[in-house]
Amino acid sequence: MSIKVQYLSKYYDKQKAVDEVSFEAKPGKILGFLGPNGAGKSTTMRMLTGYLKPTSGSAQLCGFDSQTQSIEVRRIIGYLPENTPLYTDMYVKEFLLFVANTYKLQNPEQKVKETIEAVGLTAEQHKKINMLSKGYKQRVGLAQAIIHNPEILILDEPTSGLDPNQLTDIRELIKKLGKDKTVILSTHIMQEVEAVCDEVIILNKGKIVANAEITELKRQHQSSSLEDIFRKLTS
Amino acid sequence: MYAVFKRELFSLLNSLMAYITIGVFLLASGLLLWFFPDTSILEYGYAELTGFFSLAPFLFMFLIPAITMRSFAEERREGTYVLLASRPLTDWQIILAKYFACFVLVLFSLMPTLIYYYSIYKLGMPVGNIDTGAVIGSYLGLVLLGSSFVAIGIFASSITKNQVIAFAVAVFICFIAYSGFDALSKIFAMRYLETVFLGLSINEHYQSISRGVLDTRDLIYFITFVLFFLGITKLVIGGRKW
Repeated sequence: MSIKVQYLSKYYDKQKAVDEVSFEAKPGKILGFLGPNGAGKSTTMRMLTGYLKPTSGSAQLCGFDSQTQSIEVRRIIGYLPENTPLYTDMYVKEFLLFVANTYKLQNPEQKVKETIEAVGLTAEQHKKINMLSKGYKQRVGLAQAIIHNPEILILDEPTSGLDPNQLTDIRELIKKLGKDKTVILSTHIMQEVEAVCDEVIILNKGKIVANAEITELKRQHQSSSLEDIFRKLTS
Repeated sequence: MYAVFKRELFSLLNSLMAYITIGVFLLASGLLLWFFPDTSILEYGYAELTGFFSLAPFLFMFLIPAITMRSFAEERREGTYVLLASRPLTDWQIILAKYFACFVLVLFSLMPTLIYYYSIYKLGMPVGNIDTGAVIGSYLGLVLLGSSFVAIGIFASSITKNQVIAFAVAVFICFIAYSGFDALSKIFAMRYLETVFLGLSINEHYQSISRGVLDTRDLIYFITFVLFFLGITKLVIGGRKW
């Protein structure tokens, strides 16, 4: 198990954003996080990366505890935050080189070149980030998450705001990455889950309401539409 | 840490903001020192730079908060702080990288003023009739004063999303630390309180170093001052809720 989460909770004052969530994820599988807005998807992801401190519970990533061994955890995960924040005053190459240097990678120029090719940014690599369209910014965000070849990828809504062509490209890329890494991604789009994910976790009001493989989930609920299952569980 | 330092410094150097503030600093000090008759060295008639060194802290009070105000406030507003926080960097590394980037920019802004020293050195009668030791001491004092103002500015930037608020808070704290404690010490008649407040005042220690005598007490004061403000910055950053 490369990710092991036990009774993870996060309270904001008295509001429970995430309530005793436990799950596991293994390498080579893509895990989809589903849930209505405010269900606690992003909060859970932020706690996994060590960016937020959980109120209680623990998360282990490749054997490292997300709180006590935060630096080690951050070295082995790649994280694409929600809304893809980027330093927009930097050039694409400059930014990725900066990211590579924060990991103290060997031969950073080479790594930057490979990553730019992998995410399909070759034509835009000399532009400033604030000149890029939303889809290309998303690719830069993905590039900064995978540049150090992490074992775990945490992607918060990686496909929001992309056009259909870009959508297929990015999904292909995530699938390719998912072959040897542990990938967790959150999304609102049901077709995406069916196209990309092997397993799903459905969150509602901070609690896990379903955690199974997609085929298994459909069998349990005797329904062929994930959308129906989602609506049944979260409303 | 070096990567973050480099990025911060380049982003400061790439913004017009830094050049404008440094330009205004140099213009103001140049005008006051050489042109305005009330404060001009030429009118004053003595070959010394004391005018510059008593003026510079007040210019720094505005220049430095303008440089430091964006460091954390902008990251909070844009949500980019997570880009740093999800890297294998400790909070201290991030804070120090930002601190030193701003500090280096302050050194850049001081460098052109070395021309003043050269000018007075040449204008002196006879040539070279200037107390070089006092000038070196004063520059050292100014650098230390700048380093404590940068720490205040970094702290002010960490507590808010709004750069204007960060600027205003930093100017206020710089002012209190520089001359507020001096004034407070005069209010109280008790000797005991007077020495306490004087001991806290940046001005007191700055003047002491400017005399050209490097006292370890002053050095320790400035180091403690910087560490105190960076320490509370660490507390603010560590307990983040954004």
